[in-house]
Amino acid sequence: MNIVLNGEPRTLPGGTLLAQLIHELGLEGKRLAVEINREIIPRSLYAQTGVKDGDRIEILHAIGGG
Amino acid sequence: MTDPLIIAGKSYNSRLLTGTGKYKDLEETRLATEASGAEIITVAIRRTNIGQKPGEPNVLDVLPPSKYTLLPNTAGCYNVDDAVRTCRLARELLGGHDLVKLEVLGDEKTLFPDVTATLEAARILVKDGFKVMVYTNDDPIMAKRLEEIGCVAVMPLAAPIGSGLGIRNPYNILTIIENAKVPILVDAGVGTASDAAIAMELGCDGILMNTAIACAKNPVLMASAMNKAVQAGREAFLAGRVPRKRFASASSPIDGLFF
Repeated sequence: MNIVLNGEPRTLPGGTLLAQLIHELGLEGKRLAVEINREIIPRSLYAQTGVKDGDRIEILHAIGGG
Repeated sequence: MTDPLIIAGKSYNSRLLTGTGKYKDLEETRLATEASGAEIITVAIRRTNIGQKPGEPNVLDVLPPSKYTLLPNTAGCYNVDDAVRTCRLARELLGGHDLVKLEVLGDEKTLFPDVTATLEAARILVKDGFKVMVYTNDDPIMAKRLEEIGCVAVMPLAAPIGSGLGIRNPYNILTIIENAKVPILVDAGVGTASDAAIAMELGCDGILMNTAIACAKNPVLMASAMNKAVQAGREAFLAGRVPRKRFASASSPIDGLFF
């Protein structure tokens, strides 16, 4: 299936869970905020949230800023 | 002397708040932040760099929430939706943390706030349970409106963000301070230590700055200077300055002159 991750197209195997995606990106355990199609997914739901074809996912973190 | 800054019911010893942007690297960010004495530090919320060194340290690794009060900002937001969305993401990111710095910008050249959008976003965020510290211009009426709708601190600019032009309109800042029942912090425009002292001497409750420290030739030394300037300015405000007089007033007594 095809998704858009942080603005870039990406192909994932069908049935991928959000927690798996985060693990594969090496972001497990990091302080993140995740949105799927503009809806915030709480950390506690990563393991039970399936990624669907066409999803637009944003994975965000804190950086230096004023 | 205990003279805490109280924001949303929480007490802070330092009246200097610092941004964490524009530094050379995270080590410089850490050293300058420590030298500034700041307890509240701003961060921005951005996309993670997918596929690029996932093990690289993050600003929160060197400035941890256990040590600092984080103030996520809405920098880069030019409309209400983006600003509200950013604050909600920051709350999720920081595990329910609800203190935010709201800024809704109106124009890329000046980075002046869009005050009508700022007011609208502030209303939504306050209703949603956020404690909003709000960046605004030096307009006493708008500052009052933002206080009335429940912002926990109002932060007028002294000059455009990153300009280093200093306190351009001290009388408006003074009027904002005199009218306010919430802390007033100068946010943006400070260029050097004397600017910080002037703002504090006016009676500001605190100052938030980033560029003046991060873009100084020696950021760590400037952070130390700002720390002292904010404290000196505060003490001078509390002490009460002498009135300005046009002519001299001798400091040694006339009585006892022997010639």
